[in-house]
Amino acid sequence: MDKNILIVGGSSAIAVACAREWVKGGANFMLAGRHATRLEAVAQDLRVRGAGRADTFMLDVNNFDQHSAMLDAAISKLGHIDIVLLAHGTLSDQSECERDPQAAVREITVNALSTIALLTLLACQFEVQKSGSIVVISSVAGDRGRPSNYVYGTAKAAVTTFCEGLRARLFKSNVKVLTVKPGFVDTPMTAGLALPGPLVASPERVAADIVRAVARGKDSIYTPWFWAEIMLVIRALPGFVFKRIPL
Amino acid sequence: MSISKLSSWGHYPYAPQTGRAPGWRESVQAALRDAGERFGTTLPFGNGRSYGDSCLAATDQVVVLRGLDRFIAADWKTGVVRAEAGVTLGEVLALTVPHGWMLPVTPGTQFVTLGGAVANDVHGKNHHVRGTFGRHVRRFSLLRSDREPLECASNEHADLYQATIGGLGLTGIIEWVELQFMPVASSHLATQTIPFANLDAFLALSRELDAQHEYGVAWIDCLGRGASLGRGIYMCANHASDLCFETPRRHVRDVPFAPPWSPVNRYTLKLFNEFYYRREAAKAGTAVVDYASYFYPLDNIQNWNRLYGRRGFQQYQLVVPDASARDALYAFLDAIASMNAGSFLAVLKRCGPLVSPGLLSFPMQGISLALDFPQYDARNTALFARLDAIVREAGGRQYPAKDAHMSGDDFRAAYPAWQALEQLRDPALMSRFWLRTTR
Repeated sequence: MDKNILIVGGSSAIAVACAREWVKGGANFMLAGRHATRLEAVAQDLRVRGAGRADTFMLDVNNFDQHSAMLDAAISKLGHIDIVLLAHGTLSDQSECERDPQAAVREITVNALSTIALLTLLACQFEVQKSGSIVVISSVAGDRGRPSNYVYGTAKAAVTTFCEGLRARLFKSNVKVLTVKPGFVDTPMTAGLALPGPLVASPERVAADIVRAVARGKDSIYTPWFWAEIMLVIRALPGFVFKRIPL
Repeated sequence: MSISKLSSWGHYPYAPQTGRAPGWRESVQAALRDAGERFGTTLPFGNGRSYGDSCLAATDQVVVLRGLDRFIAADWKTGVVRAEAGVTLGEVLALTVPHGWMLPVTPGTQFVTLGGAVANDVHGKNHHVRGTFGRHVRRFSLLRSDREPLECASNEHADLYQATIGGLGLTGIIEWVELQFMPVASSHLATQTIPFANLDAFLALSRELDAQHEYGVAWIDCLGRGASLGRGIYMCANHASDLCFETPRRHVRDVPFAPPWSPVNRYTLKLFNEFYYRREAAKAGTAVVDYASYFYPLDNIQNWNRLYGRRGFQQYQLVVPDASARDALYAFLDAIASMNAGSFLAVLKRCGPLVSPGLLSFPMQGISLALDFPQYDARNTALFARLDAIVREAGGRQYPAKDAHMSGDDFRAAYPAWQALEQLRDPALMSRFWLRTTR
């Protein structure tokens, strides 16, 4: 049977790659995001690829008042929601966040508070329907506060912790919560950064991992897999060593 | 998004390109104008499968279109598909084949983009019945630095439609392409493999069997001497009728890096060609295979171009008219053998009479031959001078998409329509090839 899928941040590279995987098995989509023309381009693509339907919803995640309207629209178009993917986000300009408190708060709002607000709303819906998967893109950046991006990392740490608690809450309702921690992904968000080539994964590779993890009902994944090993080492570094490493 | 160190497939001439990569249709024109203003000129870049310098910008600053990889519309009743220009042929086939629609024309790799296929007006193993890619392009959208976006079709902006097909990316950036697909009864091909002893045998075989088959192509051993000069394997095929519509699974091997010295030399080539001839000759007869193994044998080896080492290689593809084909090809193979040059895969193909709408389309009725030569500067210069003379005398021409050496005189003589293209060129677009052959 076709899966009904709601995606927030529907034009992000990882979201698009996931949707293209899901559509192979049959799916209907509601794509929410800021850019109307981009969302429509993605929706068109998914329809040609065989999506039963693909609708769009203009959403500024920072405007929390819009969240429930989006959920209502998704339910009215899709009926039952099988999977929700939260893939929105921005990569903070760390140096700006260090100088400008407004910028730091803005990054926390878009990458953490909006996600927490959305998840709270979604959790109540999923608790009632007693099935489905909630997939949240967090990041390896949330595992440790690194000097190069600790504001972004703080937001992702909040998301990861929130998801862990939510997973336990929704476990009783047969709802899965998957936390996805990608490493470096080759997307427009990371364009222009000097990334270590061999560690950079394509959105398609990350999407394949996500889709597999959803199908298997996993709780949390690193993607690609080797980030689990890398972060194991990084998490194990004692603080007096860690603070001296320019990561 | 910006991308650096892009190169052409042959890695010769080596001129790493830097590109801005708009991810959305709405941002392409701004990228074009911005690059034009900042650097003077730029060039659209697809997936880097052109061999020589036709995909290299004169300024080494390109606009990379691979990010435009979305489908826009598909009508499964009529087989018309509209997709963004950065979608590759392989991605299109994965979508259309299960619906029973095949690309009407496909080159020897599925890694080219739709935009690139239009810009080079590519041809395939069925040129004798379907002509070039451009004949099946119903419509495309063109973005230029000097005017508003426009849609081109055979009866709409016909001048730009014709100039853009085979126009080497110089008339504007193709935003999307609408293509007519071909209905097939199977994604499998019923092939017939026939070894032949020499060029005369190939000419006779292809004259007889091409007419009965959708596809026909041959491999020749260009290192053969004397009696075996021009021995090879002819492979023709029709779509099977088993109603199987599958996108084949591929077992891909990768060449992870380019070795400092190329393992391709006259000794390994001789060994390879001997081995390949024997292996393929042993398959003589009929078979049913998936389309990818017939169309795209080399796609299984990712980055096979790296086998030619850091120096890279040049592909030399020519077409000569029927009347002079036999003598020209014998002279060609003689020249190659006498200089001990040689090629892994020499591909021979009879081209048909169908005319392309493109101004600078390469194929003409006759015989086409494509050869890969490792880059040895002195040797290639001397050899190519001899080969160029043979092509010139035979009234043939060379393929800009493969080229890194053709003289301006030869190009302008073989493609007299170049001036019409120059008239319609977007002033913000310029390639190294165009600069080399028209200035």
